[in-house]
Amino acid sequence: MCVGARDETTTARSIRLRVEGLGLVAPGQHVDVRLTADDGYQAVRSYSLSAVPGGPPLVSPLADDEVELTVEELPDGEVSPYLVGGLEPGDPLEIRGPIGGWFVWHDTQPEPVQLIAGGSGVAPLMAMLRARSAGAGTAPFRLLYSLRDPEAEYYRDELAERERSGSFSVARVWTRRAPEGVTTTIGRLDAERLASLVFPPSAGASFYVCGPNGFVAAVSEALVGLGHDPATIRTERFGGV
Amino acid sequence: MVGFTGFASRRRADPALPPGQYLEKGFPVLATGPDPQIKRWELQIATENGAKSLSWDDFLALPQETIATDIHCVTSWSKLGTNWRGVSLDTLFDGLETTHEFAMARSYGGYTTNLPLADLLGGKAWIVHEFEGEPLRSEHGGPARLFVPHLYFWKSAKWVQGIQTMPVNTPGFWEGLGYHAHGDPWKEERYS
Repeated sequence: MCVGARDETTTARSIRLRVEGLGLVAPGQHVDVRLTADDGYQAVRSYSLSAVPGGPPLVSPLADDEVELTVEELPDGEVSPYLVGGLEPGDPLEIRGPIGGWFVWHDTQPEPVQLIAGGSGVAPLMAMLRARSAGAGTAPFRLLYSLRDPEAEYYRDELAERERSGSFSVARVWTRRAPEGVTTTIGRLDAERLASLVFPPSAGASFYVCGPNGFVAAVSEALVGLGHDPATIRTERFGGV
Repeated sequence: MVGFTGFASRRRADPALPPGQYLEKGFPVLATGPDPQIKRWELQIATENGAKSLSWDDFLALPQETIATDIHCVTSWSKLGTNWRGVSLDTLFDGLETTHEFAMARSYGGYTTNLPLADLLGGKAWIVHEFEGEPLRSEHGGPARLFVPHLYFWKSAKWVQGIQTMPVNTPGFWEGLGYHAHGDPWKEERYS
């Protein structure tokens, strides 16, 4: 059941769900959301969790049976418009999961972690950042966040506050427009910029790359080209080509 | 089942779509890491009684089949009326005897997936190298991928390197991470 919601941008919303019988949840996992219309028609979509018990958002703690997911409303979407614009606290929601055992981070992992997000792909990486901040682990974390323009940034206040506290660093790149006063290259990441913004191969970091397909393909290929071991690069993609 | 007054279906259920699937016009890409860099392609087909190793030229010299069919991904999209070209697993296993009932497909890059041999033989599975008349692109598993369209598409291992029969149904990559051992979309065998 939906127990809360808050807007992240003009087109994205974080939804808090209370899940009966929620078992162990690892940051990076997703849930399948199934909607059923009055005529019996059903639609299922997968959404990454953006916060899990043990890694709550700064605004409020999460109960042991609560998770959050962040949904971007797609213009031609079938499920996302309801989740962003229709679902209200108190509404039931049918979900399956949490699912996924690959694109996950465990706080027992000792190595540095490099998160690389394209747009709304930041959601599962935020779950990892939150779990890292709340847990006992000491692994250094970095987030590289590629976004269209400043207004598209999810979790803006929370990222800024967590950055100030010094637990990790965030590098932002803007593909269309940077914030006023920021002089930086506008445009997609190339290998040279990527190399300057992520852990070097000698750091032995694990990479988690999530975003639109083209972004993930380009970034993961560039990382391999920079000498990172392919086995250290985990990817999660959405969208077609 | 819960009814949602706020959710009005915009699309009619299509009888060609298995339960819980939606129609996708694009071709989403799912992969656990970077595309593997394949220096020299070779395909291994092996049972407990023998093995074959095929070069790219050997593979292309085998009888080629055209397959027109639908594909279904466990992440809920289905693509209807796709066209592929490749070599039947019946052809690839021709001459190799086995008493095994299962097989593991292995890919360049380390991916694995397990299947009953009954789902690979009998005109149900191929190794394909063309999609819609074009060479299969790397992001979709090129130069060649396993193609088992009657099962969820994670069974159709991209960048396939070999298929080895086995006496027991050992889980592959996703199957060891909670996905179903079989993966029939019409039975919604998504997760174990």
